[in-house]
Amino acid sequence: MTEAPVTGDVTESAGGPGAAPRPTPVAPASRTTSPTSPTSTASPGDDVIRTRGLTKRFRGGQLAVDGLDLTVPRGSVFGFLGPNGSGKTTTIRMLMGLIAPTSGAAAVLGEPMPQSVASVLPRVGALIEGPALYGFLSGRDNLVRFDSADPTADPRTRNSRVEAALERVGLSAAAGKKARAYSLGMKQRLGLASALLQPRELLVLDEPTNGLDPQGMREIRTLVREVAAEGTTVFLSSHLLDEIEQVCTHAAVMSRGRLVVQGTVAELAARAQGRLVVRTPDTARAAEVLAAHGVGALVHGEGRLDGEPGDRGDDALPKLCAALVEAGVRVYGFGLERGTLEDAFVALTGEGFDVAG
Amino acid sequence: MSQAEASQAGAPPVVTGRRPQSASGFLSLFRNELHLTFRRMRTKVLLGILAVLPVLIGVVVKLNTDSPHEGGGGPSFIAQTTQNGLFLVFTALAVALPVFLPMTVGVVAGDSVAGEAATGTLRYLLVAPAGRTRLLAAKFTAGLVFCLAATAAVAVAALATGAALFPLGEVTLISGDTIGFADALLRAVLVAGVVAVSLAGLVAIGLFVSTLTGSGIAAMAATVGLVITVQILDAFPQLDAIRPFLFTHYWLSFADLLRAPMYWDGVWKDLGLQAAYVAVFGSAAWSRFTSRDISA
Ligand SMILES: Nc1ncnc2c1ncn2[C@@H]1O[C@H](COP(=O)(O)OP(=O)(O)OP(=O)(O)O)[C@@H](O)[C@H]1O
Ligand SMILES: [Mg+2]
Repeated sequence: MTEAPVTGDVTESAGGPGAAPRPTPVAPASRTTSPTSPTSTASPGDDVIRTRGLTKRFRGGQLAVDGLDLTVPRGSVFGFLGPNGSGKTTTIRMLMGLIAPTSGAAAVLGEPMPQSVASVLPRVGALIEGPALYGFLSGRDNLVRFDSADPTADPRTRNSRVEAALERVGLSAAAGKKARAYSLGMKQRLGLASALLQPRELLVLDEPTNGLDPQGMREIRTLVREVAAEGTTVFLSSHLLDEIEQVCTHAAVMSRGRLVVQGTVAELAARAQGRLVVRTPDTARAAEVLAAHGVGALVHGEGRLDGEPGDRGDDALPKLCAALVEAGVRVYGFGLERGTLEDAFVALTGEGFDVAG
Repeated sequence: MSQAEASQAGAPPVVTGRRPQSASGFLSLFRNELHLTFRRMRTKVLLGILAVLPVLIGVVVKLNTDSPHEGGGGPSFIAQTTQNGLFLVFTALAVALPVFLPMTVGVVAGDSVAGEAATGTLRYLLVAPAGRTRLLAAKFTAGLVFCLAATAAVAVAALATGAALFPLGEVTLISGDTIGFADALLRAVLVAGVVAVSLAGLVAIGLFVSTLTGSGIAAMAATVGLVITVQILDAFPQLDAIRPFLFTHYWLSFADLLRAPMYWDGVWKDLGLQAAYVAVFGSAAWSRFTSRDISA
């Protein structure tokens, strides 16, 4: 909650839509800061990503991101959740200096973002809105191309780094094939490989498992854990809640361009109440009994019934079960189901996982 | 710093902090851009078409001279070609310069940024980070090299065809003087160089158009359309006031280099005009590209 000075003087002054700041780092005239002295004092807690009031309004008037205050701690695997069109990709584009914010400030690796692209991005690997490749080049040559674009990449180690990245995503065998002949999953892997060409401090992955088969998804999760174990912070956007639950330590939830909540995954999941689930063919009778015992929000299913147990002690559950049996309900199953992130999400956004207007 | 060399066991800690740039790292994008341009099938096809053009001209001229009835004296170059195969180089360049050469250059320059935006590779180059100014410089350099390659394709194919179909030897210049074959060959190289550089302005225009749109096809069409429009405008005597500022206006002044004392006036004007176009449209492309949202 403390209003820590994020990056000093960033963009707040250039608030007018016509006066968007230049995202270029190389404009000779605008090079006012010495390239060797970090412009920001190390922010407290050493956050890898920090935004304050980050806002993007597109030219059509669409408010895609609205006053975002995001904090991604170093070393975390950070899940960035939200339904289609909630502004995840737009946020990532602003963080990567591809588009200029309408207002607000963003800092990545402690440096203000559209301005410090040249010094920050060599330390960041990114996969943004799916892979994009040169179809007429082989997978290997695609990686060589992207590596050549990084002026800090050493040309002498290029080939070995490319091979290592291919190996890492399991594409070594198909490396010589033209990228246009790749399947979607192979393209996705190649995109990941290009993010892994160098050791990175931050890996930004916008829906990395899109188009992958279950095996591929598992491999990506393993890869994310591996990379995180090496000390890389991973920022992962996804629709897939269980994916976030499986790999992430932290998460934030976006809805209609606004940040609904952020925190550790455990905290978030704890917000979702567990549900009481009864399996029985006599659902009508069971519902009467449960309602009489104060179980709310009952939902009837095929041979099952669930509801909110409310605040009650652990010993209340066996009594409830006994009451059901006494009433002649054939109880095949009875128990609490732990709250999932999805429940938390639905509770938070109140809209489920649908596209916002 | 240097002790973390052999770390096989356990997770190697990720190095933090800024990374140094090297000159060779900086230049690798330029090298790769050239590689990319000339690896493309499209580039090869365009160069192939340019190389076929002089062969066609040579064959037509040959057939015309073999048949007895003489046409009413076409351009002077063509008449000269029958005397000396080397003149096919100048003929071919004069034919290719107004249409074919600028068309291929328009395709390559127009597609340079827009094509990458359309396929989405632009965002990955920029997060690499290529640097917007550096990327634009690499694209411009590759465009210029393509101009050289395109001109060379015409000139070399013309020389080979001319040598195969017509006699070679001493060359009679436009001014009536005669120079030796080696001397004439040097002039051919000079002329080809001037023609290639004459296209520099168009490269800058194409690059600028390319930063305006996210569609490679649209950028190519706009650039090629512009070349045609400008040449049509250049044909109107009523527009005398602006004609000297059209980038195509002095293109054919290379013929002045085929006089006995070479006449450089038009050529200098051409080169100066090209430099002005590069400065204006290069800056426009830069200011547009460095301030633009990349949302494709
Ligand atoms: N270039 C653009 N111009 C105008 N509006 C845009 C542009 N890009 C995105 N938007 C709008 O901004 C909003 C956020 O889009 P964004 O792509 O950030 O969503 P997202 O969370 O990444 O969605 P998804 O999960 O589908 O990838 C959407 O309403 C979208 O229509
Ligand atoms: Mg998205």
